[in-house]
Amino acid sequence: MSLITATDVEVRHGRTLVLTDVNFSIEKGEIVTIVGPNGSGKTSFARVLIGALGPSRGTVKRAAKLRVGYVPQKLGDTSLIPMTVLRFLKLSGQTDLHKIQPVMDQLGIGDLRDRQIDNLSGGEMQRVLLGQALLCDPDILVLDEATQGLDQPATAAFYRLIEQVRQSLRCAVLMISHDLHVVMSASDRVICLNGHICCEGTPTVVSAAPEYRALFGEGTGGALALYRHEHDHHHDHDHHSHAEHDHAG
Amino acid sequence: MLDDFMVRAALAATGVALAAGPLGCFVVWRRMAYFGDAISHAAILGVALSLLFTISVPAGVLLAAVTVALLVSRMSGRSLAADTLLGVAAHGSLALGLVALSFLPGVRVDLMGYLFGDVLAVGKTDLLLIWSGALAICAGIGWRWKNLILATLNPDLAASHNIDHRRERVLLMLAIALLVAVAIKVVGALLITALLIIPAATARGFARIPEAMVLLAVLAGWLASIGGLGLSLYADTPAGASIVTGAVVLFLLGSLAQKALHR
Repeated sequence: MSLITATDVEVRHGRTLVLTDVNFSIEKGEIVTIVGPNGSGKTSFARVLIGALGPSRGTVKRAAKLRVGYVPQKLGDTSLIPMTVLRFLKLSGQTDLHKIQPVMDQLGIGDLRDRQIDNLSGGEMQRVLLGQALLCDPDILVLDEATQGLDQPATAAFYRLIEQVRQSLRCAVLMISHDLHVVMSASDRVICLNGHICCEGTPTVVSAAPEYRALFGEGTGGALALYRHEHDHHHDHDHHSHAEHDHAG
Repeated sequence: MLDDFMVRAALAATGVALAAGPLGCFVVWRRMAYFGDAISHAAILGVALSLLFTISVPAGVLLAAVTVALLVSRMSGRSLAADTLLGVAAHGSLALGLVALSFLPGVRVDLMGYLFGDVLAVGKTDLLLIWSGALAICAGIGWRWKNLILATLNPDLAASHNIDHRRERVLLMLAIALLVAVAIKVVGALLITALLIIPAATARGFARIPEAMVLLAVLAGWLASIGGLGLSLYADTPAGASIVTGAVVLFLLGSLAQKALHR
């Protein structure tokens, strides 16, 4: 049984049609990346899957007692409520410090435990939000543009972290992304969204698909390419030939 | 002991402070101050209706407050901003209440008593009502605590924990309506919001976690109540207004202490 299944889902904000004809499911342990331009309904897609938003048409079914670890883009205004990092992490439902400590250590937020969440930097906040999601002991981790506002090294580090924790937790990951070049290699499946699902498949299939190219243009552009070269130039080439192989097979 | 009106007044004010502390924190965290105002203005309409139809005043106030709360929450988020709707509801229900009161044949209603409270006239039945209401509110907030905090921080995060933030919001609104109904005798309709937000605002700077802020808000509200009643007794000032004055003095002292601490 799939963790989450969406059937013929349509989402409207008022009268505006945001998503239409969405059929989607995610299996245990699967990593799925959702990419799409601004305003393509990515966040609505994530919200409808976790139950924060009701579909105007269609159904969303979640497996019984599904535990969702959700990492929102931002928490919103946290200046009004006093909240330390540790207290926030305990909202996950995990209140045993012996279990919280290893997660804080893994995420490198141990030193932040007594800080107010309102005083954290963007990167610190993202790791704290991830910590909260992980402490839910999730069956599925849902990240909504979790790297927004992070610079490239921080983004890369954040993704490495997610891969690490995923391996230890063996949960599924649904990642909403605007910077697909980093995420794609880790994903089992990429879904390109633009009001509806334009194309879907393995990372290489999607990046070669005409629908995807129409949305994102050829390649990922100078800045992103530069980033790839800096880190694993050779691997990138391998990957590319791999890609064609995959595509052919 | 309960035969002394000052003891009854102190107990009544303590009960209100106990419920207003946690509720006031949520009002401050969620920027619901104007909502509190709307509900308390609706209380005057409730008073008028209960006198017109000769039902008990707290019941009438609760009914009016709950109706306005639900109406506002149903209508908000459409084409008008929430504070605009609250403005309509607040002043509309106050005006309607005053108009309705004028229809009462030959009855001289002590309007001042309902607008500003009459804590020195609290009887044993009132005490019972105030304390049952206050304990119900505290128990309710304690029961939903984690849900309310998560829904306050981020509705989507709450949803991922299977919490419906709209339901939590309605529960908070109902709790505020209940507080208004039981506290109208103590501070009156116009000053209830003050008792919600001022102690919570006083506590904010001293708290690092939400639970501490709630406890400090209760403490601040209680100190203000006792201080205000003392002032009222010795200087013969109106009790409800004196309590709120006490709360403001504490708030100012707290702000000064904050400045001194952070220097």
